[in-house]
Amino acid sequence: MTTGRGTRIALSIVSALILVFIYVPIGLIFLYAFNDAASAAWPPAGLTLRWFAVAFANTALQQAFLASIVAALGATLLALTLGTLAALAVSRYHFFGRETVSFVVIFPIALPGIVTGIALLTAFAQIGFPLGMFTIIVGHATFCIVLVYNNAIARLRRTARSFEEASADLGADTFQTFRYVTFPALRTSLLAGALLAFALSFDEIIVTLFVAGGVKTLPVWIFQSFRLNNQIPVVNVAGLIAILLSVIPVYIATRLSADDDVTGARG
Amino acid sequence: MPAQSVDTPTTTSRPRTERAAVRLEGVRKVFGDVEAVAGIDLEIDEGEFFSMLGPSGSGKTTTLRMIAGFELPTAGRILLDGEDVSQRPPFERDVNTVFQDYALFPHMDVGDNVAYGLMVRKVPREARALRVEDALRMVRLQGLDRRKPSQLSGGQRQRVALARALINRPRVLLLDEPLGALDLKLREEMQIELKRIQQEVGITFIYVTHDQEEALTMSDRLAVFNRGRIEQVGAPADVYERPATAFVAGFVGTSNLLRGAVAEAVVGRTGMFTVRPEKIHLGEPGASVGADEIGALGQIRDVVYVGPDTRYIVALDAGADLVVTQQNLATSSTEALVARGRAVRLVWKREHCLPIADLA
Repeated sequence: MTTGRGTRIALSIVSALILVFIYVPIGLIFLYAFNDAASAAWPPAGLTLRWFAVAFANTALQQAFLASIVAALGATLLALTLGTLAALAVSRYHFFGRETVSFVVIFPIALPGIVTGIALLTAFAQIGFPLGMFTIIVGHATFCIVLVYNNAIARLRRTARSFEEASADLGADTFQTFRYVTFPALRTSLLAGALLAFALSFDEIIVTLFVAGGVKTLPVWIFQSFRLNNQIPVVNVAGLIAILLSVIPVYIATRLSADDDVTGARG
Repeated sequence: MPAQSVDTPTTTSRPRTERAAVRLEGVRKVFGDVEAVAGIDLEIDEGEFFSMLGPSGSGKTTTLRMIAGFELPTAGRILLDGEDVSQRPPFERDVNTVFQDYALFPHMDVGDNVAYGLMVRKVPREARALRVEDALRMVRLQGLDRRKPSQLSGGQRQRVALARALINRPRVLLLDEPLGALDLKLREEMQIELKRIQQEVGITFIYVTHDQEEALTMSDRLAVFNRGRIEQVGAPADVYERPATAFVAGFVGTSNLLRGAVAEAVVGRTGMFTVRPEKIHLGEPGASVGADEIGALGQIRDVVYVGPDTRYIVALDAGADLVVTQQNLATSSTEALVARGRAVRLVWKREHCLPIADLA
């Protein structure tokens, strides 16, 4: 680097400030989850685990947590199936409109959530489809597919086609080749894509607000409870859980596909 | 006249079994606007070691891939043992392939790789184990079945690929430049090994290579590919001694071409002629030329010493360059090298001066 000493010091300070700006608020949520006071006032009154007991006893929170888990699992499963099939089609077959399909699959991740939400709500309303858990899963799957697709296609590009040819040559039909050769090669990349999809779905709120109907997911519950003063300690605990359930899968996914390109999660 | 007479102009007729193991009829393959294979007719006999020789892009690998079923022909028919398989997927053809990059499944050990063809065909486990053991013994890799492909050397991987392809006992084994990634010493070892295995199993081998020496030493017959077409099919000796076209003369061995005015001056006839470098005798300018011989005056332009023999590039007075190879029986390298610039007379037998077709 040709930067001078002064520039380097300035850059270090700015970088440090940015990191502080990002992580201090998150740290505060952690801290207040253990704060022995009902309000978020500095300094913390003392450390306690009692808000965890209160949070775990809160049935609305329990239901919201469960709803988020179900939605994330459903969206992940749907994304896994469709994303894998799309990746296989685009990387292994030549057909008319192949490039277009690739673009169409990736596009939803770039689409603002608010647009996805309005579009889905309008569509569901048009066909008179009842809103609920299923529409949440479909809404989340639209952008979760991208994570599975991108991870799978990156792996397929690096896997020689001759493995699949060798398998077919030795007498394996299309499904046997997928089961014994293609899938084992894809396994870790699919797991990575699934974990990212899960994390992305778990804390999604914008699309959810539009298509949830009466269902409250964890982010929706947090968003609505945050305004109620007496709920704040419980919200902090819920926030802590949401952070852990998002960070851990992303961390594992990054490790799994250390040599692959991991698609950054939105939101 | 015996079937293998050297007088047969381009191809040798061999005693045919009633049915060819592989038969190609007017096979074409077009990728986009590139014609990779431009119409091929070919018959490969049962139990034959057949090579497809040609430069890269000549269509030999595409032809092999069409026989395997990885590519479907744009036109024409492919028959295996008399049966039309042109449109069938690879897993419904009784052929197996040894890939250039071996394509050993990285997540399976050697035993599972070799057993794969039996596993997907639901052969019971005990029978599988016995056949894997046999196959590994044949390629001399007993006891390595629990190794992963990544723990093997290039030569060992090659053998595993061979064992895996032979375990289904196919009618035809296809080999796509299988020795390309090996060093020279290992290559020569594997050439002998492949011949031994082929004789042991008695399966038809179709061998794709760009190495003319490999094709000449290993094959019963070979086809020379150029620009999507076959230029010549025949036994190695035929193709080498009697190249049908200028391309074959140049690709299989050294091209010594006499054409146009040079041909008229030297041979005394119009057309195109070739003569192999080792058939030419290098003599004094005053050397006599017999009635059944052709003589040409020239000057040694360059000398290349290659150990057992020396290559002289002679500029003919009539106007072309000819390469002459002489064994270093009594010549030392220093003697050979000082010959540069010397005037010489080249003499060769008239029967070694072959007319060829000019397709290029």
